[in-house]
Amino acid sequence: MIREKHLDGKIFMDIDRRTIWIATVLIAAFAVFLIARPITAQSSVPDIAFDSADPLQFPNNIYLGEVAGVATDSKGDIFVYTRTGHPTISLGTSRAFAHGGSRLFEFDRTGKYVREIGQDTYAFLVAQQVRVDPQDNIWIVDQMSSMVIKFDPNGRVQMLLGRKAEAERIPAAPLEVGTEGGVAHGLPGAGAQSDIFQRPTDVAWDAAGNIYVADGYGNARVAKFDKNGVFIKSWGSRGSGPGQFNTPHNLAIDVQGNVYVADTGNKRIQVFDSDGNFKSQIENVGAPAALCITPGPRQILYSSNSNPPDDIDSDGEIYRLDLSSHALGKFGRAGKLPKEFGTVNAISCRSDNAFYVGEIGNWRVQKLTLHVK
Amino acid sequence: MSRFLASTFVLLLLLPGAALAQTKAKAQNVPEIPYESVPNFLKLPSNLYLGEAMGVATNSKGHIFVFTRSANTRLFEFDQNGVFVREIGQGLYGFEFAHSVRVDPQDNIWVVDEGTNLVIKFNPQGRVVMVLGHRPDVVTGALATPAGPPSPAQKYIFGRPTDVAWDAQGDIFVSDGYVNNRVVKYDKDGRFLAQVGSEKAGNGSGQFNLPHGIAVDLQGNVYVADRSNHRLQVFDNNLVPKASFDNIGDSWTVCVSSGPHQYLYTSNSNPNGNPPGSWAITGEIYKMELDGTILGRFGHAGKQLGGFQVVHMMDCRNPNQIFVAEIESWRVQKLIFHPATIASAAR
Repeated sequence: MIREKHLDGKIFMDIDRRTIWIATVLIAAFAVFLIARPITAQSSVPDIAFDSADPLQFPNNIYLGEVAGVATDSKGDIFVYTRTGHPTISLGTSRAFAHGGSRLFEFDRTGKYVREIGQDTYAFLVAQQVRVDPQDNIWIVDQMSSMVIKFDPNGRVQMLLGRKAEAERIPAAPLEVGTEGGVAHGLPGAGAQSDIFQRPTDVAWDAAGNIYVADGYGNARVAKFDKNGVFIKSWGSRGSGPGQFNTPHNLAIDVQGNVYVADTGNKRIQVFDSDGNFKSQIENVGAPAALCITPGPRQILYSSNSNPPDDIDSDGEIYRLDLSSHALGKFGRAGKLPKEFGTVNAISCRSDNAFYVGEIGNWRVQKLTLHVK
Repeated sequence: MSRFLASTFVLLLLLPGAALAQTKAKAQNVPEIPYESVPNFLKLPSNLYLGEAMGVATNSKGHIFVFTRSANTRLFEFDQNGVFVREIGQGLYGFEFAHSVRVDPQDNIWVVDEGTNLVIKFNPQGRVVMVLGHRPDVVTGALATPAGPPSPAQKYIFGRPTDVAWDAQGDIFVSDGYVNNRVVKYDKDGRFLAQVGSEKAGNGSGQFNLPHGIAVDLQGNVYVADRSNHRLQVFDNNLVPKASFDNIGDSWTVCVSSGPHQYLYTSNSNPNGNPPGSWAITGEIYKMELDGTILGRFGHAGKQLGGFQVVHMMDCRNPNQIFVAEIESWRVQKLIFHPATIASAAR
């Protein structure tokens, strides 16, 4: 699929008839080649050699738990949003209140610990993602408080999207996916026309500073806000058709403003324009759970087929793709050793010298060096 | 509502306790091994307290690690003289409800937490280097107790695991636990190899009813405290049943000493809550040869120094100097044995 799409894109740019004829022959030959080979596109993707390093140094008594997010700023400083400490329920008047459970740490480019940001913040419950915008603001997404928090580069809260629920239901109600939907489009999981999130998963921005939030486990939509946090629109509902989602889990935006959504449950990456119009989808990359697009003129998309937390004997590889959705290579597998991955939840790919993955299963950040030509 | 839930919870706690309660060991006329308990061996800073002492283990330098349930579950290190050295893993995501700590031959420190379903390996510096299992996602909220039969045991998910041990190759053995009833073997890199038992409790060979402690000898044989089956089961390295010792009461925890001649220890711990009559028939620890021959017994239920209050774990790296961790006395005792008297007692 990927290869065919790639060929389509290249070939129809040229209108010379002879070229088209040659191309047609080539496509036919390639199609026969594909059909004749009893292997999947996935296994035909070349392996990329890579190395791993343990980049972070910790003070005593600071520990990572599950690493939900890792990101770097323009100086190369590393931010890690981790599920650690003790998620606590306390008993109040008639209600139970949730506190704590996640922390945001900053390290310098050499991995030396710099500081903690947002210690004991009201909405740090279950870390889901951290991203740094082009102005070096630090944004976190918390899955349990259903909040997106923007910290300025000094580490002070600058903007909030969403609101933490006042109290917890105990025992918790099962996740009633889609029941909040209908407000927007009358579709299951479409969510409210606002920043009322249900277990959101990621945040990203386009060149104009518009904010996109993947939302998430409870809703099945992408919400768009302007740079001041004014709600513009949201799109998506629960399902498997174009523009529908089954757990939109991660976001990436290219320099043209196209929005890449890791549609994990549907085992595809969907690509939209900045107004939410469906453009294309990328398949045969497993169940994409974490995405990252490199900056610069020739952008590269990375996508992790993360293993589920209850199994390390399958999946785990990360794909390297160009933006015409051609898989250039893949690397890694699930496991607990260095160079193996335990449920990658975040990829940070600002430069070749600053490539990090954050792992849920292995409670760590690995710094990777890819050996690509 | 909450009162109802609380009383139901208490009932749930008490009912199996009453059913399992205590078992008098069948072994008769076992010689008593004399010992001394060192008073106030562990020296804690004034602001630190042990709670229920669930795990105790020593490393090759004689440092002592204690895994305890205090306001939070915490892991403390003491030197060979009992002087407090440091806390490891303060505020760790994996610390909710301590169950076991063990130190492997490379001095890595492993803890088992039954509140997070995790087995965590710290290197000797005290940093996390491996995590086995997965803590249930808290985002789904406080969990209701699942009703009905237990769901099938999974390769990489534990159900309130209890203990961990290793063979000479570094393969990892986990006893699992209160929800599952099995022992799982992983290779040194944490990949699943085999299991014996299942999610279901049973009393046949290779079945368990609360596998509560585990130890491995130099030959790779695996000793499992099969607590609620009132026995200790032995398996070969591939988890094939070899033997079962049912004359030592309820095997709460097991320990195999180091050195060329290894001894096996098992504790018939007095049950939690000290039900009437229980002190008369429980509380002792047995010292055995690896083939099950009982060499002697020591200890008795009691709240004073030298008495035991629900021994939950033993460290027997040095068989003449054993550490015991007690649930209901919130302490770790250092027991001194004099080899000459042990020999004469065994005779």
